[in-house]
Amino acid sequence: MSTAVPAPPAVELSQASIARRETLGQLARSKTFITGAIIIAFWVFCAIFGTKIAPHDPLDQSFPQLLGLSRTYPFGTDQLGRDVFSRVLAGAHDILIIAPLATLLGIVGGTIIGLVTGYFRGVVDDVVSRVVDAVLALPLIVIAVTVLVGLGHSTLTVIVVIGLVFTPIVSRTVRAAVLAERQLDYVAASKLLGERAPYVMFVEILPNVMAPIVVEATVRLGYAIFAVAGLTFLGFGVQPPSPDWALQIADNYTLLNAGTYWWTVLFPALAIISLVVAVNLVADGLARVLSR
Amino acid sequence: MTEPAPTLEIRNLDVVYRVRGRDRKILREVSLTISRGETYGLVGESGCGKSTAALAVVGYLASNGRITAGSIRVAGQDVVGLSGGALRHLRANDVSMVYQNPGEALNPSIRIGDQVAEVFRIRGAERPQALEQAEKALARVQIADPGSVLGRYPHQLSGGMQQRVVIAMALAKDPALLILDEPTTSLDATVEAEVLDLIQQLRSEFHTSVLFITHNLGVIAKMCERVGVLYAGRLVEEGPVKTILNDPRHPYTVGLLRCVPRGGTRKDRGRLDTIPGFLPSIDQELRACVFADRCGLAQEVCRTDEPPLYRITADHASRCHFHEQAQELPRATPEELGQPLAVDRSGTPLLQVDDLTKVFEQQGRHIHALEGVSAALWPGETLGLVGESGSGKTTFARALLGLVAPSRGTVQLDGRSLPPRLSLRTQQDVRVLQIVFQNPDSALNRRHTVRRILRRSLKKLASIAGGALEARLLKLASSVRLAERYLTARPKQLSGGLKQRVAIARAFAGEPRLVVCDEPTSALDVSVQAAILNLLVELQAQRRVAYIFISHDLGVVRYISDRIAVLYLGRLMELGPAAVVFDGPHHPYTEALLSAVPTIDGGGRARIKLAGEIPSAAAPPSGCVFHTRCHRNLGEICENEEPPLVEVEDSHLMRCHIPIEELRKLQRKGSTAMAPPTPSPPTSAAPLPASSS
Repeated sequence: MSTAVPAPPAVELSQASIARRETLGQLARSKTFITGAIIIAFWVFCAIFGTKIAPHDPLDQSFPQLLGLSRTYPFGTDQLGRDVFSRVLAGAHDILIIAPLATLLGIVGGTIIGLVTGYFRGVVDDVVSRVVDAVLALPLIVIAVTVLVGLGHSTLTVIVVIGLVFTPIVSRTVRAAVLAERQLDYVAASKLLGERAPYVMFVEILPNVMAPIVVEATVRLGYAIFAVAGLTFLGFGVQPPSPDWALQIADNYTLLNAGTYWWTVLFPALAIISLVVAVNLVADGLARVLSR
Repeated sequence: MTEPAPTLEIRNLDVVYRVRGRDRKILREVSLTISRGETYGLVGESGCGKSTAALAVVGYLASNGRITAGSIRVAGQDVVGLSGGALRHLRANDVSMVYQNPGEALNPSIRIGDQVAEVFRIRGAERPQALEQAEKALARVQIADPGSVLGRYPHQLSGGMQQRVVIAMALAKDPALLILDEPTTSLDATVEAEVLDLIQQLRSEFHTSVLFITHNLGVIAKMCERVGVLYAGRLVEEGPVKTILNDPRHPYTVGLLRCVPRGGTRKDRGRLDTIPGFLPSIDQELRACVFADRCGLAQEVCRTDEPPLYRITADHASRCHFHEQAQELPRATPEELGQPLAVDRSGTPLLQVDDLTKVFEQQGRHIHALEGVSAALWPGETLGLVGESGSGKTTFARALLGLVAPSRGTVQLDGRSLPPRLSLRTQQDVRVLQIVFQNPDSALNRRHTVRRILRRSLKKLASIAGGALEARLLKLASSVRLAERYLTARPKQLSGGLKQRVAIARAFAGEPRLVVCDEPTSALDVSVQAAILNLLVELQAQRRVAYIFISHDLGVVRYISDRIAVLYLGRLMELGPAAVVFDGPHHPYTEALLSAVPTIDGGGRARIKLAGEIPSAAAPPSGCVFHTRCHRNLGEICENEEPPLVEVEDSHLMRCHIPIEELRKLQRKGSTAMAPPTPSPPTSAAPLPASSS
């Protein structure tokens, strides 16, 4: 076809933005995604401004103990006389720092390992794959508790331990995507330009496997929140006096025996559930739109 | 006078697809009639609405598609708007469809027997009886040993066998109408020929009417009685196949026919003609002639008045105001090339390959993909590489480029040995050997813009950086006729032809001296193919670049190649100047390949049927590897002794026990001399030993 030909309408050129807008449009139309996103946005807002918007100081112990639901204390008070409602609003702060950082660490590590093993195959791949199998055989909490007992607990250790446990799991997803990509001719073409392996992996292949990585990241975030809450409950995660949700449950769950002080546990538990469910809704929505 | 109703009668059919909230017209007032036992071909480039027409007939339009006007009658019964039981009845009894990719048409997790038997079970047969009938159905499509095929899964069959199974299922119910949607496009030429023969034979046996959809004019010439040419959803010309091919009366048909290299045309005789422009996008409102924008004959009236259907003869009609002048359509591409294309073979060859061998190891088996191939190539020359899939063409190319390290043998550039692996070669050597891949979708990174792809290749291959880069980029883009506005686009936004131009530009970024073209046009429409071939020839004339051109389209190979190498099971069977290899005397394998290709001009060669399919490269046959399928098998010597590759005449190499003079005699007499092709030798997955006389 010669260039003397009248150009097809300029519509074609704006199609890059159309494509991007279409992906966003599909997300915006996905009720799953929107519901999850709204809930997460709410908790992120609370994590930042929780102490400011809360009716009382979440750490203030000067209120009457174990009051039921009332206008002044919408979710009642706990056994130390703290306002449960204020503590729920402020309680997202620590978990929303630790869980995303742990996820980020796992995703970055997993992506690098997945790219390397998927691209080079061979011995490295075999060894790493067996390590992944080994890690998957042990429950996350067991590994984490063992390490935290051994090294002593700090927030940084929690992040590193969860991140390191996620790394091989993420690497497996990335590796599978890379195995499919490396068969495509553009990889051979870029080798024929004389590109080195790191360039091929990170500049050529990586952008094409971002979709599964993004989905995996959201799924992992859900698990990370879950793991941090579990460790905190066991006493290895967030430390008092933080108003963290899992910490509240740990502080008050013994009261459930008496049966009457349910509000001290129910509201923080609902908060954790809502956050984990919301993250999973977002993951579902993303997976449906991106994996096409 | 009670004439039976035609099998298919489509009247003024309009089909729209709803895209982003608006109805887009895909078919415009299409009318066609297929009478009983007739084969009707529907041609046109991709996006013309061929498949939509077929899907409308079986009520299988995508959920956003609908028929807005017109009628479709199958054997007199109106099928528009059928639903539920009536539609199922139509699909179960009256109309069958065979799709392009048999691998996708079969359910991978159900045994062949049960899949075929389903056709009978739907009509009430019990499982044992249905299986029995299924076996008979497979036997009818000439599958040897149908009993064992019943128990296999689709992935255990070759592509040709799979397509036979699909056809068996389609014909099992003895339909009034059989719709074939590009049934052989994904098959090798030799397998394609067998499937086409089979369809032809079954058609006469069953008196089924056939709607044959294809973009391949050669297949149309071979298979069809009448042809309809579809363009932008409108039937622009219709008539008997001979008339359409020899006396076309619509400029689009004329253009299509000119795009195809035929009758032994070669690049030194001039460029191929092309059809300028693009198919109108579905967003465009088309009020007047749909082809006016791309037509060299278009006048004012073409842009204002919709041409009616002009009757040229009783059965030949064209939708063109100027149908009488259609054949005087001016060329869209000038014929002269400007530069001469002579090859000088006196100096050191640019590339010299010696004893190149590649053995892959796969689950303990040794796959001999390439076995002792030697060849040389001089600057400005094109070596065509032909052979069925599995013959080692791609492995050969990849070994040259260093993408796979050969097990044995050397590749020399200007008389200097190249390291076997790409990673060990210097940037200078990397620059010199480049490739254009078959599938531009796979070959271009879909996340990068055209600008980024080309900038990077200039940087790496031409070592240009900084301010000079942009200027060179524009120069490079214009050398492959890629308009500047496409530089910001990503591959997905480009048409197949434009994508292939980007891929060619990348290969030419650093003044390559040898470019491997691995079926660069097989994913493209014929008009785009012509433009890409012209571009390759121009670049060759300007830059003296050499090509290794891999293709299964022998017309294309003949057009562009100076010499041809024929590969079979990784071995070089024949190597010689293009004209000699094509005109003969040729190797029996070449002879069979050539006879398999349906040509627009038809006839000429008697069909030579190859027995069975290409044997596994893990266990190549003893003696001459081709003896299991050879129609000129001499018996013992061929079975036990591998013939050497010898120069049988000036610069013509061949690997055959039969002396060249003998071949010349045999091939002049016609192929029936030694092994009369029985009407239908059964084929099976395992190669059958050819009967030696």
